[in-house]
Amino acid sequence: MDTTGSQAVTAPPHALARGGISKGALSALKLPSIVLLVLWSIIPLVMTLWFSLQHFNLLEAGRSFVGLENYQYLITDPSLLAAVWNTLLLVGWVLAITVGLGTLLAVLFDQDFWGRGVARVLVIAPFFVMPTVSALVWKNLLMHPVNGLFAFLTKTVGLSPIDWFTDWPLTAIIIMVAWQWLPFATLILLTSVQALDPERKEAARMDGAGPLALFFFIIIPHLARSIGVVIMIEMLFLLSVFAEIFVTTSGGPGTASTNLPFLIYRYALLDFDVGGASAGGVFAIILANIVAIFLMRSLSKSIQS
Amino acid sequence: MTKATRRKLLTTALGWFVALIIFFPIAWMLLTSFKTEIEAVSTPPRLFFHPTLENYRDVAFGRADYLKCAWNSIYVSFGSTLLALLLAVPSAYAMAFFPTKKTKDLMLWMLSTKFMPAVGVLVPIYLIFRDTKLLDVATGLLMVYTLVNLPIVVWMLYSFFKEVPPEILEAGRMDGAHAKEELLYLLIPLALPGIASTALLAIILSWNEAFWSLNLTASKAAPLTYYIASFSSPEGLFWAKLSAASTLAIAPILVFGWMSQRQLVRGLTFGAVK
Repeated sequence: MDTTGSQAVTAPPHALARGGISKGALSALKLPSIVLLVLWSIIPLVMTLWFSLQHFNLLEAGRSFVGLENYQYLITDPSLLAAVWNTLLLVGWVLAITVGLGTLLAVLFDQDFWGRGVARVLVIAPFFVMPTVSALVWKNLLMHPVNGLFAFLTKTVGLSPIDWFTDWPLTAIIIMVAWQWLPFATLILLTSVQALDPERKEAARMDGAGPLALFFFIIIPHLARSIGVVIMIEMLFLLSVFAEIFVTTSGGPGTASTNLPFLIYRYALLDFDVGGASAGGVFAIILANIVAIFLMRSLSKSIQS
Repeated sequence: MTKATRRKLLTTALGWFVALIIFFPIAWMLLTSFKTEIEAVSTPPRLFFHPTLENYRDVAFGRADYLKCAWNSIYVSFGSTLLALLLAVPSAYAMAFFPTKKTKDLMLWMLSTKFMPAVGVLVPIYLIFRDTKLLDVATGLLMVYTLVNLPIVVWMLYSFFKEVPPEILEAGRMDGAHAKEELLYLLIPLALPGIASTALLAIILSWNEAFWSLNLTASKAAPLTYYIASFSSPEGLFWAKLSAASTLAIAPILVFGWMSQRQLVRGLTFGAVK
């Protein structure tokens, strides 16, 4: 066997001596994944950028270079402002609800109680429900203005039922999406709370800290990094909420529940405006990358350890 | 009753109260799936009724659609997961045990491809699929899911492989094992639990994916996400059937999710929270 053991000396401590494995063989192991991801990430991106500079409608023959006209059109479209605003409201509210409640739930499920294992299984269940199912269950079984359960409950206490998806479309979607993502926040934060050194809690208790002081001065600071991770990962998914809107309101009434992904979808597959949809796509990519930069920074620290 | 017992009793009550509220929509859906269509929309809602399996029979055997879509879901999510593992295991092995100066950048770059919002590349992917006759073809969707999940699979495997002591592989090497044997007979068996939970996460994510499936498939290749969405048409309310179909669609993935809840945290946070 050909030994190139001398290289192991300079390699990081975890590394194996390469032994009989050549550098070329190692590259060959990595290459298929790398090549595919390069193609997957570069080709569509370049095409989106290129289309965004063209007048290109699937219903019309031919296309032509128009510079920044699509962007101009996009910026002056009143739907864009509505869509950006709705996107921010959706992301902001869902984050506030899931991180806030998720922190409280994490502390609750960190306590020992009877049947905790089963209760925890019930709490994380909504996360595994496919978006189209949760959308239709909420829209019909629960929030339907005539036959829904909520309508029955509001009538029982003597109020008139709310037509959620007509009068409060965005609020209804926020509630539904928050329900889907609360388990995620709870699960991650619970794992983090459980990693807290019990001696630290004990020491604080010995010093006379009450439950509130314990929560604010020991638990919250301990959770800070995990909360950051939860916020950033949720944000990436929440910026692209689509199916929930697609099956409930189709973005309406008007643009009341149109977010950025839905607006771009409308341009592309309903108006067949490839140029406009691509300009919107570039906008969405920029937005997601701003979030991603922060996430990558904190992950880059964790990869070292 | 001691103070500690009272406290535990209180926590138990609170914990279960919260758990049941959060689980309620799923439980209500399950209940509705055993009602007749008339009972399903009746007000006040019926809590006690003669349970019927009619809806399940109608969904599974009435229209052929359900079984076809269920098969598409299975094919697409299991197929894409298998393909992603085949691509990711060798890469993660190389990066975990033979890191170079560039490994960290490579890992971060792979992850960064995950941050491309699907909607940003909807148009080109749609057009490429249209021109290559991949629209409404299950294998096309399978390829998209493979690429979408590949970075997560690499990251998760990497973090599991890091926990395998390199000395064991080293010892195998001394006995004359080559890279291929080292991977097949030493690393894969040792890291099998980690590989299994990585596979579970990838299956869950593909099963529930509903952006690409709604936009790239129609009648032929539609998976269950699409099938359920077809209930949203305003003509007629079929709540009992919707509930039965939904229960069937989420049941397997709910079980998978519960099985892998411990490792999920690591996968979902790309290893940032263990």
